[in-house]
Amino acid sequence: MKFSESWLRSFVDPPCSGAEFSRLLTMAGLEVEEEESVAPAFSRVVVAQVISVDRHPNADRLSLCRVDVGAGEPLQIVCGAPNVAALSKIPCALVGAELPGGLQIKLCKVRGVESFGMLCSARELGVSDDASGLMLLDAAAPVGEDLRRHLDLDDRVRTLKLTPNRADCLSLEGVAREVAALTGATASFIQIEEVAIGIASERAVVLDAPVACPRYCGRVIAGVDATAATPSWMRRRLERSGLRPISALVDITNYVMLELGQPLHAFDNRQLSGAVHARMAQAGETITLLNQQTVELQGDVLLIADDRRPLAMAGIMGGEDSGITLATTELFLEAAFFAPKAIAGRARRYGFVSDAAHRFERGVDFAATRRALERATRLVIDICGGQAGPVSDALASLPERPPVLLRSRRVRKVLGLDVSPQQIEDLFRRLGLQFVRDADDFVVTPPSYRFDIEIEEDLIEEIVRLHGYENIPAALPRAALSMLPQSEETRPVARVRQLLTDCGYQEVINFAFVEEAWERDLAGNERLIRLANPIASQLSVMRSSLLGGLIANVTTNLKRRQGRVRVFETGRCFFRDPLGGPVAGFRQPWKLAALAYGTALPEQWGCASRNVDFFDVKGDLELLLAPLVARFEVAAHPALHPGRSARVVVDGEPIGFIGELHPQWQQKYGLPLAPVLFQIDLDPMRRAGLPQHVEGSRQPVVIRDMAIVVDHALELQQLLDALGVNRPAIVSDIRLFDVYVGRGVEVGKKSLAFRIVMQDTRRTLLEAEVDAAMQQLVAYLQQAFAAQLRV
Amino acid sequence: MHNLDQIVQAAVLAFAATDDADVLEQIKAAYLGKNGQITDLLKALAKLPPDERKTAGATINRAKEAVETALNARREAIRKMALNARLAEEALDVSLPGRGQARAGLHPVTRTLERVESLFRSIGFEVADGPEIEADFQNFTALNTPEDHPARSMHDTFYLQDESGAVAEGVLLRTHTSPIQVRYMQEHVARYSALATMPEIRVIAPGRVYRVDSDATHSPMFHQVEGLWIGENVSFADLKGVIADFLRRFFESDDLQVRFRPSFFPFTEPSAEIDMAFMSGAHKGRWLEIAGCGMVHPNVLRHVNIDPERYLGFAFGMGPDRLTMLRYGINDLRLFFDGDLRFLRQFV
Repeated sequence: MKFSESWLRSFVDPPCSGAEFSRLLTMAGLEVEEEESVAPAFSRVVVAQVISVDRHPNADRLSLCRVDVGAGEPLQIVCGAPNVAALSKIPCALVGAELPGGLQIKLCKVRGVESFGMLCSARELGVSDDASGLMLLDAAAPVGEDLRRHLDLDDRVRTLKLTPNRADCLSLEGVAREVAALTGATASFIQIEEVAIGIASERAVVLDAPVACPRYCGRVIAGVDATAATPSWMRRRLERSGLRPISALVDITNYVMLELGQPLHAFDNRQLSGAVHARMAQAGETITLLNQQTVELQGDVLLIADDRRPLAMAGIMGGEDSGITLATTELFLEAAFFAPKAIAGRARRYGFVSDAAHRFERGVDFAATRRALERATRLVIDICGGQAGPVSDALASLPERPPVLLRSRRVRKVLGLDVSPQQIEDLFRRLGLQFVRDADDFVVTPPSYRFDIEIEEDLIEEIVRLHGYENIPAALPRAALSMLPQSEETRPVARVRQLLTDCGYQEVINFAFVEEAWERDLAGNERLIRLANPIASQLSVMRSSLLGGLIANVTTNLKRRQGRVRVFETGRCFFRDPLGGPVAGFRQPWKLAALAYGTALPEQWGCASRNVDFFDVKGDLELLLAPLVARFEVAAHPALHPGRSARVVVDGEPIGFIGELHPQWQQKYGLPLAPVLFQIDLDPMRRAGLPQHVEGSRQPVVIRDMAIVVDHALELQQLLDALGVNRPAIVSDIRLFDVYVGRGVEVGKKSLAFRIVMQDTRRTLLEAEVDAAMQQLVAYLQQAFAAQLRV
Repeated sequence: MHNLDQIVQAAVLAFAATDDADVLEQIKAAYLGKNGQITDLLKALAKLPPDERKTAGATINRAKEAVETALNARREAIRKMALNARLAEEALDVSLPGRGQARAGLHPVTRTLERVESLFRSIGFEVADGPEIEADFQNFTALNTPEDHPARSMHDTFYLQDESGAVAEGVLLRTHTSPIQVRYMQEHVARYSALATMPEIRVIAPGRVYRVDSDATHSPMFHQVEGLWIGENVSFADLKGVIADFLRRFFESDDLQVRFRPSFFPFTEPSAEIDMAFMSGAHKGRWLEIAGCGMVHPNVLRHVNIDPERYLGFAFGMGPDRLTMLRYGINDLRLFFDGDLRFLRQFV
């Protein structure tokens, strides 16, 4: 809602102004989003009239004008504007004037001829951007009048950011009413009298959908001149409210809407046939609207129709072929009340907004319908001429305003503020609310223009709004102290994140909607969750994997010459799943993914530089999982190199995967090196359990090393699993400490070196026992894996 | 005895003349060794008459001790010199950088969220989480925002397609984290339904939210933290107290002003917008919108079977992205979701 202060002051003239006035509105819930002057400061510019125009003796493009400025002899002024013409009225900056930007007007010689002032364009005065020529003023403008006064240029324009509950402030009268309540100033509204009936022409109106449209007033006005000019005061007020003047009749309906809050519609009466109906659309009916858009209507859209066809989407937008034009001489003027529920959301559904729909869906004063019609009729006749017919007024059940109980003690309880019943009574009076007081309680009947007073809390809001939130004390709350639960078995996500940052992975936050290709390429997802209204095609599918985002982070950083990237993200992933919950049909688990790209270590002295590999990242993952111990099983994953990827299994449950990016994606996503990535489910990895102490042996430990040669293809895990079951009782730990392939080891084989730890729980081991255990191990490995002891 | 003094003097000079421990021992042999000069003198004592022997012996022994003392002093000096030489040789350029992995950092918004969570935990708020693909009911209807409510246009909502490509009914991407509170209240009410008095609800709900909006100051995905406190005696005054306390603790400054002004949210009544102004710094004196809040609307409580006549409370919702920007002096929201390491590394 944008309005001019001087227009508002024609209704109510509060003692405050400027920033203080804006603050008052903002603090009452009418947030002033913008406050601006209609023109920058300038002085000594008057309305002037050009008396004669001659050629400048020394310059082809300049004119020599004689200008009447309303005082003394006409002035000789040199002017370069192309549109300078005798008799036109224009702004003239007198000698001594100061224009926006600091330009001082002095007596001067232009090409040898004296000039006693300057004729101005709108741009030079900062009034608009029009620099095409002199600013032309009304023919009736009084010569000599100060231009600021003539055009009301000291006016200020404010834009209110109104919340949806305050439809009552979508008009000048509404804002004036509010300002009166806030400041105690008296508001005086326009006196509107019924226009004398001049013609008998009448058109019947029928309420076919009385719930959606409980009141419809309309009248014929004949003999109008649609080409009449809109008066400049009206144009100015419209423009300062952000509306473009169009034609007198359109401007009048807009003006009354801004003034009183009642949207109106004018039909060309000659285009209508039979009665005017307010009825629901039949599914499939179509209408071409004033904005040239043809829409197919659904059954819940309220229409204004005649006997033959739809004329308008009621309260939203008129139809193109029944609207007024400059040729219209007879109009049918509508003022109606449409129920908010019948209008709400419809315009948005068809992809547009209108000032009328904006007001009706929030609620228009249903007691002021007729008043607005009379006001508009008066203006039409005054501006465009013509004669009005009688008003056809159809009325069904208007909304009710059930009384609302307000208890003073409830006000205290909700606000924590002591407001006396007397204060409440005073506030209600200022708001113009009708009420009955019973001791400390009030029964309030909300006014027809308020659609947001239905329950006690709504009245409490009115009280605090006027009383001021700043007058509520800020209390530190009191509550029973009890400790919050804190599980030690589940690691906080914060701890997990910290571990990753300590391992050198930077946390990122990527969008949860991604490119469709990422889902197909990197997650093999065929059951995509598409957005119905994405903002861009590359943000159109909900992710089921965090990998795409991390890979994109690499690309972004490579472009910015960051060649080493280690990033991670925790976030929800989204899957279609009939068993999913809590929102049926979807599973939305938290996942954690990390990616390492580039050198294993940051570039540094004294270390040979090498690129990160599978085992670097696996090490990070193992560190992250500890104390959980994961098994890494060969498994294919659509995103990963088939020979360099593994499934991560904890306690028999697969919780994720790790591997090098598949070369085909590395190429497709333009990465010179292969990143290594993992993604795991966050919940299971957080369940670290509670440590349980086990009594350790105090007997001395014996350590022996052993190297064996086995088939290159043999997985270490197989060997360790088998040894876990088939090892001598005194062997407490077997640890791999070296893998060797090369000279001295047969092709197709590898050498594995183990450290064997032996210990007895009760006594010191004998040399012979240790030797026997080692022999037993070697014999088992020979038999089970054809392993050769390497000497 | 003149001769003896000369020998001692010669020995001291000879010891001093070398820096080498081995050479020193060879020199020592020339005086104290088997055929050393001092040793020879001692051997010669036997040839002296017994009455002279004692005096001469004492004199030679004093000379011997003097040589030994000089020798030991020289040995110690040479050992020290050798050690110093080694230490000098082993010295490092300690200004060379250390080696190993570099630590990275949390996302700045995560820093803020962790901070917000811990501040509210310190006064007994639990932290709750919830789904991001949310039911229309929890996101809107249960929050007193029925279908076609004009407030729905305040949130430009992302909807989903079903598998046939039609707009999926009843689900959306949550536009705020308030639905987490709805779910939390539902669970709380069910858990304590047997008690005569429901324990207070104190919870905050941080998370990602989504709205169809994208420009320099809006991101289609951003963060919110909602807070909720329901009890038998919770008032707007408490809300003001908690918010002011939070902002001063969060920004670690008493040098800021907080104001509440009337606003509208379907799920609170009365409602307010919270503005904050720093008294110094880059934003000095400017009111900054920091959160929305209000007393929970009775319809919201009714939707989760809480008697609004008996229980009441407040709710607030704020933008951690904005808090982060103010805290660290960031002026472009888009930096948060760009993954640019040059930006993110500043928050290690």
